[in-house]
Amino acid sequence: MHIGATLQEIFAASADASAIGLSLSQIDKQKPAPLLWVQETRVLSDFGRPYIHGLPVSLGTEPIHVTARNAKDALWAMEEGLKCPSLSAVIGEIYGDPRALDFTATRRLAVAAERYGVPAFLVRVGGQADLSGARRRWRVKSQPSVPHPYNPKAPGTPVWSLDLFRARDMRPGQWDAVYDAAAHHLDLVSPICDGAVADGARRYG
Amino acid sequence: MERWRTARADTDDSLPLALASKGTRGTVIDAVNDAAREGGAKAGQKLTDARAICPDLIIEPSDTEGDADWLARLGLWTQRWSPWTAVDGTDGLLLDSTGVSHLFGGEPAMLGDIQRRFDDLGFTSRIAMAPTIGCAWALAHFGERDRMIASSDTLDTMLAPLPVASLRIDSDDVLLLRRLGLKTVGALADIPIVSLARRFREKEESRTNPLHRLEQARGRIEEVVEPLIPQTLYRAAKRVAEPVLYVAILKPILADLAEKLCRKLETAQRGLRRMRFEAFRVDGHIAVLAAETAAVVRTPDHICRLFAERLETLDAGFGFDAFALTALWHEAMPAHQKGLEDDEAEGLSPPHLIDRLSARIGARNVRRPIAYPSHIPERSVVWRPALEQNPPISTLGPERKRPIRLFDHPEPITVIYATPEGPPKRFRWRRKLHDVVKVEGPERIAPEWWRERSTVRLRDYYQIEDEEGRRYWIYRNGLTDDGRGGSPDWFLHGLFA
Repeated sequence: MHIGATLQEIFAASADASAIGLSLSQIDKQKPAPLLWVQETRVLSDFGRPYIHGLPVSLGTEPIHVTARNAKDALWAMEEGLKCPSLSAVIGEIYGDPRALDFTATRRLAVAAERYGVPAFLVRVGGQADLSGARRRWRVKSQPSVPHPYNPKAPGTPVWSLDLFRARDMRPGQWDAVYDAAAHHLDLVSPICDGAVADGARRYG
Repeated sequence: MERWRTARADTDDSLPLALASKGTRGTVIDAVNDAAREGGAKAGQKLTDARAICPDLIIEPSDTEGDADWLARLGLWTQRWSPWTAVDGTDGLLLDSTGVSHLFGGEPAMLGDIQRRFDDLGFTSRIAMAPTIGCAWALAHFGERDRMIASSDTLDTMLAPLPVASLRIDSDDVLLLRRLGLKTVGALADIPIVSLARRFREKEESRTNPLHRLEQARGRIEEVVEPLIPQTLYRAAKRVAEPVLYVAILKPILADLAEKLCRKLETAQRGLRRMRFEAFRVDGHIAVLAAETAAVVRTPDHICRLFAERLETLDAGFGFDAFALTALWHEAMPAHQKGLEDDEAEGLSPPHLIDRLSARIGARNVRRPIAYPSHIPERSVVWRPALEQNPPISTLGPERKRPIRLFDHPEPITVIYATPEGPPKRFRWRRKLHDVVKVEGPERIAPEWWRERSTVRLRDYYQIEDEEGRRYWIYRNGLTDDGRGGSPDWFLHGLFA
């Protein structure tokens, strides 16, 4: 099942890059197009900036990076980006719960994303899940990684615990996912017997 | 002097006043007011002399730099009449009025307009229009009236009665010519050039050679105005009858200008990269907005949008009455036939997106990474403004695993307990304790000795995972016994997904 281009909101645990990983893992690698990456200055100073040598190689895209002074500018830049159908995705990182980020703002992003067919990922750092127009809302956290095949002491392929707590087109659920960066492939490791999970497995398979 | 008077409205004009500055030979008067001139003081005089002649003279320091600044701004302001203007000396402006005057109702009407505008600003002006720069200069400085027009027929007769000083020559040359009995331009012009050439032999190359100046004034040697703006090729201008006070009205004017400019560019098959919008204020100020694009454009809508966000920042003051949109940088852009599919496409193209983002958020905040061949993590990426045309990204880079996020400045961590010469077991980062569960490393990155100081230490990078599964990229700066400082510190440099 193809994931339609829409707005997904991802709540990140502090100092944890798994939310970015989840966003990147959902970008369609078939489309070699630039990526718009909007960061609020606060996020930039607290959680660093994207490092191109560490981005999944299979994406093979260069990001256009925007440093926004505040949430208002960041949301504006995201919306402008969504109006550009030749982008592969728009990622926006916003710190805390700014006033500019209300239901109307998220709803506008969702509508723009669906209209122009550009997936949007709103990564919230240290924010509370308030009313939002996002079609899917996740909470993501890192989990101890899969054992490394050759070195038991080394960190292996990353595991993230995903909590889909609100979604419009599928049933909410919780599951653990393994991301294989080389193959650009997201797998579920501990499937719970639940219809939504089976649905999700097909989705990421 | 007049600028000083407008700045101090409460000055009493009946008191003699002079502006003076310190020169190499004592304080010299730069400018005087009418009362002081009647009292006997004049510009160029020494202050002590002037004091002796006119004891109740009031002295104020003159602001030479401010004057030059103001003159340059006036020079730009006079572009409302002609796109080709230049500053001349410390008190003059040159306008190339070729093909301009008919826009203002003929030459006399244009000069009248110029003089009235300067009067409004509180400046006395002397204006002359002539086929050559030399002649116009001479008439403006030494002419009988303060508004004179010479045509190519009347050029010689109008120049003839003027003193030789009107030829823009040095004072010692003026003295020499006067000693020779040549007091007017006419007298000098009557003598064959060859007979005088020897006198000014050592000045032959100089621009202030009187003979050269004479020929320039008479139009025998070409001279051009060196403009304030090197080249103004594509420009759309508009004047309005009533000054515009409200920024909301600027939008249609801007749209109109953009439309005009694009039409001009289209005929020339050129497109814009950088442009400037100027709004000329009634009181002589110019409000300027500049915009830059990532790719050549010729779409009026797009140009408008680049400025629209910032029109509100303009200070209308007493109102704008003239506007101009100038192409500062343009490139060839062939006409393009729209394909059938192009009509279907909706939304922006990436270059347009970059333009709009840069216009609002600032070109320095909209950037693209470029891979740079270096092993030092922070040097392996160069961030360039997205407006610049960058070479396409090369996917070269370290073969090793790299974090997805990198901190601009590596953050120091406190190691609570570490294995000797190895990775930490427990460390504190941002006031929180982390227990290291899994480690991979070290990966040693040596400093680039060919460009860095000898005290820079090598780094041993480790990929670590803490008890909650968060993965970090940390490094130890240096070794214990490398002789480049005390015991090595630990830093956290990046985050893995």
